[in-house]
Amino acid sequence: MNMPSKSYPVTDSSAERLPETKDPALKLRARKTLLWFKQPGALLSLPALFIFVAGFIGPLGLVVIYSFMPERSFAFNQLPTLENFVTIFQEGYYISYAWSVWLALVSTLILIVICWPVAYGLSRIFRRSMILTLLLVLPLFVSENVRLFGWVLTLLNHGILDGTTRTLFGWELPDMLYNAPVTVLGMVYVYLPFMLFPMSLGISMVPDACREAAFDMGATRWQVFKEVELPLAMPGIMIGCLLSFVLVLGSISEAKILGGQSIIMISHDIETAFTYAQNWPLGSALSTLLILLTAVLVIGLLSRLNLDNLLSRK
Amino acid sequence: MTESILELRNVEKYFGDFVAVERINLEVKKGEFFTIVGPSGSGKTTMIRMLVGMDKPSRGDILMSGERVNDVPANRRPTCMVFQSLALFPHKTVGENIEFPLKLRGETKNNRKTRAIQLLEQLHLSEAYYAKKVSECSGGEKQRVALARALAFDPEILFFDEPLSALDYRLRKTLEKELKDIQRRTGKTFVYITHSLEEAMVMSDRISIMRDGRIVQIGTPDEIYNKPANSFVAQFMGEVNQFNVTRQEDARFLDTDTQDSYVGPPGADLESGILIVRPERIQILAEGEAADTEIAGTVQNQYVLGSRVQYEVKVKKRSLLVETMIGDEWNVGESVRLGWNSDQAFLLAR
Repeated sequence: MNMPSKSYPVTDSSAERLPETKDPALKLRARKTLLWFKQPGALLSLPALFIFVAGFIGPLGLVVIYSFMPERSFAFNQLPTLENFVTIFQEGYYISYAWSVWLALVSTLILIVICWPVAYGLSRIFRRSMILTLLLVLPLFVSENVRLFGWVLTLLNHGILDGTTRTLFGWELPDMLYNAPVTVLGMVYVYLPFMLFPMSLGISMVPDACREAAFDMGATRWQVFKEVELPLAMPGIMIGCLLSFVLVLGSISEAKILGGQSIIMISHDIETAFTYAQNWPLGSALSTLLILLTAVLVIGLLSRLNLDNLLSRK
Repeated sequence: MTESILELRNVEKYFGDFVAVERINLEVKKGEFFTIVGPSGSGKTTMIRMLVGMDKPSRGDILMSGERVNDVPANRRPTCMVFQSLALFPHKTVGENIEFPLKLRGETKNNRKTRAIQLLEQLHLSEAYYAKKVSECSGGEKQRVALARALAFDPEILFFDEPLSALDYRLRKTLEKELKDIQRRTGKTFVYITHSLEEAMVMSDRISIMRDGRIVQIGTPDEIYNKPANSFVAQFMGEVNQFNVTRQEDARFLDTDTQDSYVGPPGADLESGILIVRPERIQILAEGEAADTEIAGTVQNQYVLGSRVQYEVKVKKRSLLVETMIGDEWNVGESVRLGWNSDQAFLLAR
């Protein structure tokens, strides 16, 4: 049988159709750009690329530009100045930064401890059961503020908890709202799924045979955990830590609703600067510093931990 | 006689109503290479999990050096297993993998490293592998690392759960011989599980054949090959010719399918059964040659197996397999006389 002969266009034929230029280096670059656009992936990414630049990089750039504008101004075509940053260091905003970082750290640590057993059970015993997963995800469908006000009603003086113990046993509970611990409670409660699910994914990546092999070679339960499970589940744990840390760092409702005014987090300062104080340049400078701080922490963490390497291992 | 290091007495294992392993009795001697062979689903994996301590038998006793170990968990047994998947730790280097059992025992870093390099050398891996990642090793190298790790544990019995099954044929052959060599040099007791009787034959001192959760036969490779307990064992080794026969007179047997008559093996005491003749025991008779049993047929197919040639010969309604050394040539379509002497066949119960 004869195969129908067919000639396919050669990919490099685009080179001939290029306009003639004198400079060979320029010609090469033009050809490269054209080839790049000829790839189906590159072309397909254009709409997403546009949205990313216009909706994400653009506003971020604006914030950075505003942070160098004179105080209480709304135009960004003036001479750049560093006065906002000077204000930040002189007026004790570092306390707000410190609170944010400290609360993010504490919440993340508590989340690790709480989530490990739950994630372990979820991935090993219940084998990612749909009902259990749904129960854990369901609260995410209710507004965060509503859920936090639920806590307020529960913990309030003469609220659900205090009122119940008063009526039933005559016990008067101490004030539980408007302090740092209850703020952390709110954060742990709200951001639990963001630690739980990556962690449970990490645990399900630990091969059963590795666990059994370690046990067979005489490892105790603790040694299996330390030598095999923890390092092999590390990518999941790291992603969980990253998510919850960054989310807590930028959170605002927990400190406002549960913490009252006892704790001022940096996100609160930023909000105040933009709204009440009408000082956009100061707010932008605070935001820029926060972004910088987060970037340093995140990039520092990611560079120490090669995620690609960890995820693609056999 | 050397002492027994592992003994199973009436061991049974149920999963609900399902009987995975039934009335197992066996004894493994110290320093022996003992292999358990069976097709998938024969209960051999259940067996090894009980032997290393990851499952408990439902009934019966497992004894190690005379002591009952049914309730001793895997991490407190002086045994170690090489897993089918090898179960190397992907986050550790080759060296750290091998050192793992020593680290658990709290050995110093220097001692650990010395021992690990010793083991690498013993398994024909250069010192450069010490710092390599597991993912940088080939299949055969991973195999050696897993074995080195198990040897570092210094177990009294070393178990193997089909570790060679994922490798290509040539590498498997090499490693089979290496494994046997290491067993001989270290003098350790090896208990090996496989589905390949061929693999078992190469390495083992004794073989136990399992089927449907029971042991069918235990014996040396020679016994298994030459005196199979039943047709299942005979077929397990490879292709065989089987004839359903009943006794005709004295030493003659009648094929109930084709009405041919064969001379039975000397001393056969069964009245009827399955007569088995291996392909390499049948000759294609040249002019003037004679054998106890002779039948005529036509060559249907020819397969070259390397040093041997296999012929499919049509005899009446059935095909027989015959193997000869390469060099003798018979053409497809040629009429031939097949023959075998009575001591080349064996008669087994149905």
